[in-house]
Amino acid sequence: MSERRAAISGIGQSQVGRRLGRDPMELTLDACLDAIADAGLDRRDIDGLATYPGGWFGPRGFSGPGIPELQDALRLNLSWYAGGPELPGQLGSVIEAITAVGAGLATHVLCFRTVWESTAQGAGGRSGIGASAGGDGAGFRASGILEWTLPYGAASAAVWIALYAQRHMHEYGTTREQLAQIALTARRNAARNPKAIYREPLTLDDYLAARMISTPFCLYDCDVPADGATAVVVSRADRVRDLRRPPLRVEAVGSALRGRPSWDQFEDLTTMAMRDAGAMLWQRTDLRPRHVDVAELYDGFSFLALAWIEALGFCARGEGGAFVEGGANIALEGELPLNTHGGQLSAGRLHGYGFLHEAALQLWGEGGARQVAGDPRVAVAAAGGGPLAGCLLLVRD
Amino acid sequence: MRSVVSTLPRPDFRVLPLVTERNAHFWTGGAHGELRFLRCRACRHWIHPPSPICAVCLSRDLAVEAASGRARVASYTVNHQRWIPGFEPPYVVALVEIEEQPSLRLTTNLVRCALEDVRIDMPVRVCFEERDGVWIPLFEPDTETGR
Ligand SMILES: [Zn+2]
Repeated sequence: MSERRAAISGIGQSQVGRRLGRDPMELTLDACLDAIADAGLDRRDIDGLATYPGGWFGPRGFSGPGIPELQDALRLNLSWYAGGPELPGQLGSVIEAITAVGAGLATHVLCFRTVWESTAQGAGGRSGIGASAGGDGAGFRASGILEWTLPYGAASAAVWIALYAQRHMHEYGTTREQLAQIALTARRNAARNPKAIYREPLTLDDYLAARMISTPFCLYDCDVPADGATAVVVSRADRVRDLRRPPLRVEAVGSALRGRPSWDQFEDLTTMAMRDAGAMLWQRTDLRPRHVDVAELYDGFSFLALAWIEALGFCARGEGGAFVEGGANIALEGELPLNTHGGQLSAGRLHGYGFLHEAALQLWGEGGARQVAGDPRVAVAAAGGGPLAGCLLLVRD
Repeated sequence: MRSVVSTLPRPDFRVLPLVTERNAHFWTGGAHGELRFLRCRACRHWIHPPSPICAVCLSRDLAVEAASGRARVASYTVNHQRWIPGFEPPYVVALVEIEEQPSLRLTTNLVRCALEDVRIDMPVRVCFEERDGVWIPLFEPDTETGR
């Protein structure tokens, strides 16, 4: 498979936190220069750029600078570049870079994602989509996909995904106590990650006593808006021998979407596009789920990580609840260490890229207090919910 | 605790859809008491959201038609977070599948139903809330059919 012509050669990350009040371009530069140096490269070696979802896209804080700004700031000579939102999830931008490298269009592609949602939201809570666009609400009219949801107060992905979680509970008997394990595991791991936002202990009682957001989701099922930028360098696998790090070969990617590209018309209400991306990934490799040493799976909402566990075949469809029950399987010392940095639930909503960053860190054995034991060599990083899904299988040979 | 009834009385404010030539049948059918969709004249497939082509047979011979308004709850959530000022929680957001073609779903609100009485698979029927000439399809328990 042509993705094997690509490897991850370096990673970088800015300061991560709540209401940092820092210029998003500064955060982006910190992450990008960090990643270039981490790979042992010079900015003159970078000939490709990729980002999601493009510059200043969406609500305030959802994205930072785009391709032209970063190219100009670093005066990069680019052979190839791409930035935009219509991709297989947030990591779709990295899959694009892998594709470009495999096609020989670029040698070292810098991929980045910047968020500053915490600063943008200020002291107030997370607002509904369209609530700000509406101002006093009088003039705003919903269109596009929001036409079918905003009139009903379904103004957040929390509501859209809660509908899937509820259906999963109905069909398979999944419980809130099981779902809680995604959040509790993330918090336990975050306690070992100095950059995580929420590190204090979280118990099942705390979880069950928390205020509801949209049933079955309580506060702790929802990720925490953050400020921060993350970057990775995707390099041609035949051009990494002399670099600083042992390359992380891209063994396989998943980018499929075979159901309706919609939050409410997708035929199976117990899974989402991750079903298709996950299945595709295993069609492109001889490795099997049992070979995976560490899993970094998108948890913008707790249920998404559970749905990814099923979609990637770590358990049978509908058995995600039983798989995470009690937390043993997904603990740092379990058979499938999950979201070892604390996920977006506790480490902060870096929107997809945080999972890839952590997967690489673990494969390089630099997880510090949260390092998975046993010299992990195979990691999966996955991102997205609803009609968005993309995943990567990385191998350190 | 049978106290809280979902989204009644009507909320102070709803975000309204941008009504266009393509979707007007859906958002104004309530003026005639009808839940209207585009339907393919060739293969009889119901189409939603509105599209100029039938995704099943690629026919462009489509016409607006009224569905029965009967549906079934495929999933729901009781929303407790205030996302939109004036649209105050708690309220029920549901996915309903229309009787004629269960693969056609609507995101909607369930009304005239206590929050704790909402169930997946419960039969519901359409009702409408009018604002500024837009007729928002909502759903309430269908006690008549008792299916
Ligand atoms: Zn047709």
